[in-house]
Amino acid sequence: MQTLSLAPWLVATPLIGAALLLLVGRRSDRWGHWFGVLASTATFVIGLVILLDMLGVDAAERVGVHTTASWIDVGPLSVDLGFQVDPLSMTFVMLISFVGSLIHLYSVAYMSHDRDRRRFFAYLNLFVAAMLLLVLADSYLLLFVGWEGVGLASYLLIGFWDHHLPNAVAGKKAFVMNRVGDMGLIAAMMFMLATFGGVDFLTVLGTAGAVDEGTATAIGLLLLLAACGKSAQLPLQAWLGDAMAGPTPVSALIHAATMVTAGVYLLVRSGPLLEAAPDAQLVIAVVGALTLLFGAIVGCAKDDIKKALAASTMSQIGYMMLAAGLGPVGYAFAIFHLLTHGFFKAGLFLGAGSVMHAMDDDVNMRRFGGLARLLPVTAITMGLGWLAILGVPPFSGFYSKDKIIEAAFVGEGWRPWVFGIVALVGAGITAYYMSRLFFMTFMGRRRWASELAGGAGRDGAADGTPVRHPHESPWLMTLPMVVLAIGSVGLGFVLNAGDRFVHWLEPVTGHAEHHEPVLPIWLIVTLTLVLVVLGAALAFVQYAVQRVPTTPPPASALVRAARVDLHQDDVNEGLVMLPGKVLTRSMVFADRTAVDAGWLGLAGGVGRLGGWLRGLQSGYVRQYAATTLGGLGVIVLVIWLVSGQGAS
Amino acid sequence: MSGGEEVLFWTLAPLMVIAAAGLLVVRRAVHAAVCIVFVMIGLAVLYVAQEAPFLGIVQVVVYTGAVMMLFLFVLMLVGVDAADSLTETIRGQRWIGLLLGAGLAAVLLGVVAQATFPPSVGLVEANAVTNPVALARVLLQHYVIAMEVVGILLVTAALAGLVLTHRRRLGKKPTQRALAEAKVALLPTGRQLTPLPAPGVYAQNNAMDTPALDPQGRPLEHSVPRVLRIRGQQRSASELLTAEGLLVQRIQVDRPAPDQNEEEG
Amino acid sequence: MELVNYLYLASILFALGATTVLLRRNAIVVFMGVELMLNATNLALVTFARMHGDITGQVLAFFVMVVAAAEVVVGLAIIVTIFRARRSASVDDVNLLKS
Repeated sequence: MQTLSLAPWLVATPLIGAALLLLVGRRSDRWGHWFGVLASTATFVIGLVILLDMLGVDAAERVGVHTTASWIDVGPLSVDLGFQVDPLSMTFVMLISFVGSLIHLYSVAYMSHDRDRRRFFAYLNLFVAAMLLLVLADSYLLLFVGWEGVGLASYLLIGFWDHHLPNAVAGKKAFVMNRVGDMGLIAAMMFMLATFGGVDFLTVLGTAGAVDEGTATAIGLLLLLAACGKSAQLPLQAWLGDAMAGPTPVSALIHAATMVTAGVYLLVRSGPLLEAAPDAQLVIAVVGALTLLFGAIVGCAKDDIKKALAASTMSQIGYMMLAAGLGPVGYAFAIFHLLTHGFFKAGLFLGAGSVMHAMDDDVNMRRFGGLARLLPVTAITMGLGWLAILGVPPFSGFYSKDKIIEAAFVGEGWRPWVFGIVALVGAGITAYYMSRLFFMTFMGRRRWASELAGGAGRDGAADGTPVRHPHESPWLMTLPMVVLAIGSVGLGFVLNAGDRFVHWLEPVTGHAEHHEPVLPIWLIVTLTLVLVVLGAALAFVQYAVQRVPTTPPPASALVRAARVDLHQDDVNEGLVMLPGKVLTRSMVFADRTAVDAGWLGLAGGVGRLGGWLRGLQSGYVRQYAATTLGGLGVIVLVIWLVSGQGAS
Repeated sequence: MSGGEEVLFWTLAPLMVIAAAGLLVVRRAVHAAVCIVFVMIGLAVLYVAQEAPFLGIVQVVVYTGAVMMLFLFVLMLVGVDAADSLTETIRGQRWIGLLLGAGLAAVLLGVVAQATFPPSVGLVEANAVTNPVALARVLLQHYVIAMEVVGILLVTAALAGLVLTHRRRLGKKPTQRALAEAKVALLPTGRQLTPLPAPGVYAQNNAMDTPALDPQGRPLEHSVPRVLRIRGQQRSASELLTAEGLLVQRIQVDRPAPDQNEEEG
Repeated sequence: MELVNYLYLASILFALGATTVLLRRNAIVVFMGVELMLNATNLALVTFARMHGDITGQVLAFFVMVVAAAEVVVGLAIIVTIFRARRSASVDDVNLLKS
């Protein structure tokens, strides 16, 4: 490929954008946002050039590494600043730069009233740069740099409105929980260094088959831990819901479309290594399946539109993890679903942002309702995204998710049944909660006070709900939504035609033999669609036909638990925070009683000795003279004794 | 080591030790100076006895003559009277001092007693060209550099003495006119322009502590120096007059009347 | 008579001088104690000179005298200065070194 040398510019362009916006500071407030959009779009154009070049060559030549410089060269360890350009990374590059650019554009309007819009764009550019570095890195170490970079950008953007304490706390929570995963990645790299003598993909993945299963399992599980942290999978899922505190474009880009899928990327990239560790693969699949259900259940109970979407994201990434855990059969589908999910979930988030924009930043769906007529573009684009995530044919979600469900049914023994049924049920629940979200927002009665309808005063209606006057968002916001909606509709069909996408990824994921599921494919598809229709219908009855109470009604224990994220924070606090606190308290206690007391005692002893010696410093010359004379006497005595004895 | 020297030593040594011990016990600094002068002269005598006549002379001239005179001058500057209270103010210092002194004496005496000395050679040979000449030969041949350095040291010390005791005038030196004007300015506060009256002169008493009498026979308090008045050392004029009156009476009783003229004359 | 008796005398005088330094408070008397110690050493030096038949001991004593004279000049000047400043010749009053 001739354009391989352009790869570093994919990272450099947004990085320059971020650096410039941050360094120039307030002086760039007037044009900073457009500069950010330009940097992001330029990145997309560069990516497009490389992609077109890549499409022009044979499949075998599509994998390339562009080494810019030697980064670390100490002893046996040699890590290059290299960029891995292959179909997998280019898929991500296109997703990140395209969706990223759209969201940049959206943010120009969405953040137009924010004083710090320029800083916001600097962080967005920083994120794009770090994410591209993550997917383009040719070694785990360089990947880790991007990995940390996106963590930093995520932290900065979640807490972007940090004058509000919960936002800052949410940012910190995300950061800390991500660190847990990062430890996994660091430990995995140490294992790699010890086992393979290097951390670049070529060394590690090229010789992965020769490694013994125990080591491979250990590395695989540690990589899974890293992936769990970044992709909000069990047990490190708790931060994603709170991360919705950030501005909505951030939620769309980072916490739906791109960053949270980095874990899936990591696992798929490490595919050859995981092949050698079937146990680790099983754990990955189990984690994916559990998270899938977890997110789906939480999503059913959330009234906060963004948190419901966050739960949905968690659940959908669960699908991807499940697919990644299934081995080569699932890799391509995991990435496929990741791609389509990136489009429709970003679209849904942008739609949610548009709704919030219309409803004065209210996020409680129980106070929405009947917005379809007032926000037609938003309703239609979100509706398309909704159909896509439901997996209704021929929307893109159908092709990707259905393939994962099919793949889950492949195998022997108990696994296909368990994973298959979980995936199947998950699809039904997904249909229910996404329909619930859609119907609560756009259908049913209006549960907000309108200035035109209500006879109430300016400040609020009779029942205390604030007066709203929803309006459609400006074209800068609707344009990205429309583009993403088009992607939601057609992307799956286009890429699935003739298994185009699977073949595209084959240079990286390897060719997967076709296996027959334990159930006939037509039956799986039918069952899925039936469950989806059932879920959607149930939601339609509950939230579009029946009256929706504006306060959460009393409900069963499961619903109550789901409303508080299945007590995830309590579990974390009980299992991690409390023992940690006890540990630190006891350490502090031990430090105070044993260590401090010892040293303070020593210091006090020295001090008292000094105080006593100070008494000798009376300031009386005669006492000093007496001391001198006494010392002289002692010296003379000693000399006399020593030499006198020696002489005699 | 003739018998004469032995007598001299045993006569002088105890006296010198007593005089030196006097340094510890006498209250007045002047007495201490007298003690030390005695010790120094004793040492000078011993030097002469020890075939070091030049040093003996130098000892008298430098120490007793110059150094001790300097001490006495300073004593007079500081106040001859100031008797030193011998009560110890620093707790335990007296015992520590005495103990250390005794310990030092014991150590020194012990060292001297322990050491074995060669048989005495005497300085007859060395002093063949007379002691001062012999000294001068050594001093000005072997130690000439040290001699010069010591000379410089002396000059430096003299300069140091000048510098240290130099008093810097803080203000302008007042002119006679200024002084006179200041005196006049102070008149309203009760000061007077003329010199103060001299203390009184009586038949049997002519001292600073007795006030003079004014023409009316009243004592003039300010004729006695202020310091004495503050110290309460002034004597009252009436007491003196009474005492003198009594004396006159007693003389008149002792003597016959015709003698009265004699006294008046 | 034994020349060593002079050394005993010198020792006693030296110890007395040292004790004076320790016990007396009047700076001038303390200074006299120092002079006494110097004189005691001179006596010892003169005695050694005689003992060894070497006149250098006397030369050394001569130097001690000269240095002592210089020292007296400076020392007394210091005492006078201190007395001017503090109206006291007691060494105990000069205790600014106290912590």
